[in-house]
Amino acid sequence: MKENKISIGKILIYLFLTLWALTTIYPIIWVVQNSFKAKDKILANSFALPVGDLFTTANYKKAFSNLNIFGSYANSLFISLMVAFVVILLAGMAAYALSRYHFRGSKLLYAVVIAAMMFPAYATIIPVFSMEFSWGIVNTDSWALSMFSVILPQVAGNLSFAIVVLCGYIKGLPIELEEAAFMEGCNAFQIFFKVIVPLTKPSFATVAIFSFLWSYNDLFTQMFFLRRPEMWAITRLLNQLTSQEGTNYGLMASAVTLVVVPLVIVYIFLQKYIIKGMTAGAVKG
Amino acid sequence: MGANIYKNKKPVIVFLFPAFLFMMVYLYYPFVKNIWNSFREIKQLGGQGTGFVDPWYGNYAKMFQDANIGTSLINTLIMMLATLVFQVGFAIVLALMVDNIKRGSRFFRTVFFFPIVISATALGLLFNLIFLYDKGMLNQILEILGKRELTDWKAEGIALFTMMLPVIWQYVGFYFVILITGLNNIPEDLYEAATIDGATGFQKVRYISLPLLYNVICTCAVLAVTGALKVFDLPWTMFPKGMPLKSTFLTGTYMYYQTMEAKNVDYGSAIAVLIVVLGVILSKVVNAIFKEKDY
Repeated sequence: MKENKISIGKILIYLFLTLWALTTIYPIIWVVQNSFKAKDKILANSFALPVGDLFTTANYKKAFSNLNIFGSYANSLFISLMVAFVVILLAGMAAYALSRYHFRGSKLLYAVVIAAMMFPAYATIIPVFSMEFSWGIVNTDSWALSMFSVILPQVAGNLSFAIVVLCGYIKGLPIELEEAAFMEGCNAFQIFFKVIVPLTKPSFATVAIFSFLWSYNDLFTQMFFLRRPEMWAITRLLNQLTSQEGTNYGLMASAVTLVVVPLVIVYIFLQKYIIKGMTAGAVKG
Repeated sequence: MGANIYKNKKPVIVFLFPAFLFMMVYLYYPFVKNIWNSFREIKQLGGQGTGFVDPWYGNYAKMFQDANIGTSLINTLIMMLATLVFQVGFAIVLALMVDNIKRGSRFFRTVFFFPIVISATALGLLFNLIFLYDKGMLNQILEILGKRELTDWKAEGIALFTMMLPVIWQYVGFYFVILITGLNNIPEDLYEAATIDGATGFQKVRYISLPLLYNVICTCAVLAVTGALKVFDLPWTMFPKGMPLKSTFLTGTYMYYQTMEAKNVDYGSAIAVLIVVLGVILSKVVNAIFKEKDY
């Protein structure tokens, strides 16, 4: 029953909301337009559009020749996709067993899952490092081993949250379909892969997106485990850039653009799922 | 019938084993080992240590003499209060406003949430450019507005503010989405009844929206406080090693500094234990203050 006439209050509300929206959009536009200017021209007037004499692609040429952008992207994508995949597979299996089977100790196991959400990465990272060091998978020449040294702890960090979210979803599924499959002679594993997995797809998507973005953005773990430049993921590369080329503003602007723009595009298309996935993570303590 | 399918309990172990093995090896064992490590003498990452610290509680005793611990604790507490007041506070205001408009609510939702998707490291670089002393975006805007001298946003005294602003800004949209979802769950007929009784827009917010949103706000408060303890990427990118003059350390960045830069791995472990203790105490306190109510 909201009235239709335009009131001063409404105008003020729109004004305020637009102002906040500007603070989230404009910085990105600003950095993109400055990435197309020569580094000594940025400082003169950073609000001007890069047209005419101002326009240059030198920053991008430098970024691609000096920085291993594509390699880092490939590393990032590989790590984050693997994390998302392993998390949904293992968490899906565990959540299925915890929500469908009744056995002694199931409550205790669920409590173990919940408690694991409380451990901050700070409190586990040093022992995890020495453990992986003793296995010989950190700081080696092998690309695959280096990737796995990051993937494994990141999987562990997302598992408990994923199990909680998936348990909530699987518990709400009607059991009749599983009964029908059982009558047809399916065993528990066939029921899981042929009935539960297809039905749980929306929740799997939520969990996968959350795990993917969390892993993609997680600088802390990458700083510990990715030591060699050719193994760096994209956030690790950016961090290095600040300390090495902190005064080359053109290069910084182009590097930020190269990292942010793909995310913007993905976000525009998948925003509904991303927002859902990230806020479902609200239970992750 | 349902019991029949799941009578055979053998598959349970196969389903549960991988996930729980992961949690034991990568979370529970390291967590306990970390406490053990904090009493050992360890100077090299990956090393097992050369013996116990003398006295065995040495690393914890050291904290009381370490001025940086004091700084990082105070900074972390300030960060928590700031996130609680401004992040959640701003999110409440924005959510109530968007709830009151018809057009564009989806647009605002998309735009407000957007910064959360970008990695904090990229945002750190972006804000380094915005806060640049020699004509960063902010100083240029202030100049246009008529300010004469440039502000050094990374100088001592103001550095903490410069560090917190992007952290707070990034996550407002997160709480906004949680709150607006809560607002959408409030039944429309409550507002209709209030309108019939002659309530003004402000009264509806005060007597319907806010009370019914109380539990959601509590959730946000707990998340904001525990989230503030975990902040690492943005501060470390914008102010590495606690710059300037070790004045911007947070508990998390100081733990990283001691472990990776100063090579006091055992001391870093002890700080990690401190972070855990702090997290447990603070979430208990916040839970006690914002006790969920039943309506």
